[in-house]
Amino acid sequence: MARVLIRNLNKIFNEVHAVKDVNLEIRDREFVVLVGPSGCGKTTTLRMVAGLETITSGEVLIGDTIVNELPPMDRDIAMVFQNYALYPHMSVYDNMAFGLKMRRFARAEIEQRVREAAGILGIENLLQRKPRQLSGGQRQRVALGRALVRHPQVFLFDEPLSNLDAKLRVQMRVELKKIHDRLGTTAIYVTHDQVEAMTLGDRVVVMKDGIVQQVGEPLDLYNAPANRFVAGFIGSPAMNFADVGLAVQEGAMLALADGIRLKLPPAIAERLRSHVGRQVTLGIRPEDLRVGPGNGADGCDFPAIVEVVERLGAQILLDVKVGSGTMVAAVEPSVKANVREQLRLAFDAERLHFFDRASGNAI
Amino acid sequence: MIEGAKWRRWVYFYIPLSAFILWLLFPFYWMLVTSVRPDRELYRPWMAPNYAPFWTAHPTLEHITDLLTGTLFIRWMANTLFIAVISTLISLFCGILAGYALARLKFRFAGALGTGIFITYLVPQTLLFIPLANIIRNFQLGDSPWALILTYPTFLIPFCTWLLMGYFKAIPRELEECARIDGATRWKAMLYIIIPIAVPGILSAGIFAFTLSWNEFIYALVFLSSAEQKTVSVGVTSELVRGDVFYWGQLMAGALLGSIPVAFIYSFFVEYYVAGLTGSVKG
Amino acid sequence: MAVSEVVSQRAFARTPPRSATTRLLEDERWLAVVLLLPTVILLGLFIAYPFVDGVLLSVTDARVGVPGSFVGLQNFESLWHDTIFRTAVWNTFVYTAVATVFKLALGLWLALLLNRHFKGKAFARAFILLPFIIPTVLSTFAWKWMFDPTFSVINWTLFQLGLIHTRINWLGDPNLALISVIIVNVWRGVPFYAISLLAGLQTINPELQEAAAIDGARPWQRFWHVTWPLLLPVTMVVVLFSVVPTFADFQLVYVLTGGGPANATQLFATYAYQIGVGTGLLGEGAAVSLAMFPFLLIVVIVQLLYIRRVEVH
Repeated sequence: MARVLIRNLNKIFNEVHAVKDVNLEIRDREFVVLVGPSGCGKTTTLRMVAGLETITSGEVLIGDTIVNELPPMDRDIAMVFQNYALYPHMSVYDNMAFGLKMRRFARAEIEQRVREAAGILGIENLLQRKPRQLSGGQRQRVALGRALVRHPQVFLFDEPLSNLDAKLRVQMRVELKKIHDRLGTTAIYVTHDQVEAMTLGDRVVVMKDGIVQQVGEPLDLYNAPANRFVAGFIGSPAMNFADVGLAVQEGAMLALADGIRLKLPPAIAERLRSHVGRQVTLGIRPEDLRVGPGNGADGCDFPAIVEVVERLGAQILLDVKVGSGTMVAAVEPSVKANVREQLRLAFDAERLHFFDRASGNAI
Repeated sequence: MIEGAKWRRWVYFYIPLSAFILWLLFPFYWMLVTSVRPDRELYRPWMAPNYAPFWTAHPTLEHITDLLTGTLFIRWMANTLFIAVISTLISLFCGILAGYALARLKFRFAGALGTGIFITYLVPQTLLFIPLANIIRNFQLGDSPWALILTYPTFLIPFCTWLLMGYFKAIPRELEECARIDGATRWKAMLYIIIPIAVPGILSAGIFAFTLSWNEFIYALVFLSSAEQKTVSVGVTSELVRGDVFYWGQLMAGALLGSIPVAFIYSFFVEYYVAGLTGSVKG
Repeated sequence: MAVSEVVSQRAFARTPPRSATTRLLEDERWLAVVLLLPTVILLGLFIAYPFVDGVLLSVTDARVGVPGSFVGLQNFESLWHDTIFRTAVWNTFVYTAVATVFKLALGLWLALLLNRHFKGKAFARAFILLPFIIPTVLSTFAWKWMFDPTFSVINWTLFQLGLIHTRINWLGDPNLALISVIIVNVWRGVPFYAISLLAGLQTINPELQEAAAIDGARPWQRFWHVTWPLLLPVTMVVVLFSVVPTFADFQLVYVLTGGGPANATQLFATYAYQIGVGTGLLGEGAAVSLAMFPFLLIVVIVQLLYIRRVEVH
């Protein structure tokens, strides 16, 4: 096992600056997820760690070795690809054994390792099949097995679950987690799916436009997003945003917008002091909204008109109109709400997020 | 498909298709009949009342035995086979490597080189045979099978390269990347992963190249001079026509037997051949 | 430092140090050089070099065994005044144009026939390609025998059908010889056109035909408005690929007529052979061959532009 250190990493394709000054430390035995929309540079970063893309500037260290000039074969890594990349002309066994054969392992050791990995993944009975005779889920397991047998220093995953259907994806996600808990191999995992990121990652790296937006443990990202992009990207349904003005009236701070007039508690007011008189963006997660008037006199509620009611079973999503904007509220399934009904949505002021309008950074 | 009345199917489909097949295949039937027809029937003018062209009452193997024993025909077949096989192997070797490089590797002048190889694909042999004969003579290769083995690749390599580029491009990049992470060098990834997957394309290219070599004429005509070095096409042309006398029985027997190896290979690999043909057109 | 050394040693204990060659071949630029080397050497030696040599030869009066001296453009100038050469140029263009038109028309027709479902389709397709794969010289001999004035089976058939009353001298009559040669070229080329165009036809979604039929298009209209426009790109490429070998054809004419009678079927290539090899005037022969070059260049340029355009889309 080893840590991976990424220092000032840059990648420029022709004119496009795909990865900008990325600095990351992936600790030994850690599972780190790179997440972001397509084109955010997460896959390029992973491929530079793998040695599949040349590094424009910066350094990648695996263990304590700078691997910039090392070809992929000498980096002692294993990678699982989105489309599995199984060798179509080889049996499952040979697919899994290929990496070991290339490294001139003894036949007995190869056999033992393949059997072991196949056992972990429950594919012992598929070893003689060709990839085209396998289902999507089975292929995925073989691709995983091919990485496992190598006992590499680092696992790299490039959206390995995105070609599976939804149910299988959840199942494999759990399995991946178990395998990592068992083996403890350092892993870097790329995905565009924030749920995967939150559930798998010891830490999550959110990227956008080639720049790291925030690095942290999943709940830190959820509870304290560093900027508006992270706030909107993490969590489903996505956080509601409203542009508000801040004003001080009678010693209390108010957040004002079309249809919203909130009195903010002193602790938050203190934090926002320097932004008074300016426009800021207010964020509130759908699951932090509830139907009913706010408790007490702090005025933490606002009127809304229901436009769509989506009953998901475990919860109800209300698409509502607030002033001139729209919001989503995820409320208890027992709530009775009808389209065009006017109601009040309440929340705890502690659950509010504020972002600087210009920079998007959290306040 | 959209169907009409029965007579329409005859007029628009069966009759024209049969006519096409008759026209395209009749010369081969004619070869066959001629090669087993005794001379006294063969040289009966078509105006003669007892001229019966489409069959023979007294089939004979005389022409075929004459051809095999009285001429160097077997030698020519062996020469042609040797030349075709070796030049095909050379061309496949070069074509696989070059096709892989052009389809997969990033390097300067990749585009220019690809275009250059494509242009040589369109250079006909008749453009260069005179200076090439000079060069062959300078290299001391005249009247040797190596004169053809080394020059046939000039039209086979571009074809193989072009065809295989298409096959290589269709193989997902990840396979190779995965192999390289698994510990293979670029060279081994090509050898163990890409080339085995491209086997159908390599077969197509090989079969096509083989038929092209077997078919080649002008280089063989110009570069070879002694009777025992000749290929089938040249041998039949120059040794079975003496002055103005055509030995038609032997000629047709030679044409028939000389076609058999190509037809034989073709019959086993029709699909690959067609894939090669249409693949080369599609680029 | 001691710790990090231990770590990195452990890391690469399983991967032996790579040799210099391996390292070099991991660089894709060097690998490309190595992979392309055999091809570049062969093509350079036997295409580029002879081309340059041919140009140099064409400005000398070299003969077989005589190196010859520089004569400038004299060879080309004498060709300009050479009536046989002019005939050959004219014949070559007629030969290429007429044969191509017929190959395309008949090939397309055959492709449309083969695009239907019928029993024995795979067999028909396999047999139809025979004229294209059988060595040209050998099948051309069969035609020469069929065209033989005295023993011609074609004449016999036409006579029995009452279409002719006297013999036709297919290859001996200067007015007929070029037509006969074209017939054989078309015979050999139609399968290539048919199978290639068939591959193109098979990529056209049959639902389009059905949609057009539902819209009330007659078969001919369906072909003209749906099939033909969609097939045009493939057709272009097929024609361009076949024009060059037709233009530079040699073996067919060499076997059937040798360029005669009275140069009625003389083409660029046969004339170059006659002068360069027959009479041994290497310089002039090379000049005749090279005279094909401008035309070939045009075809290649059209081809490249077309392929680039297709790739852009």
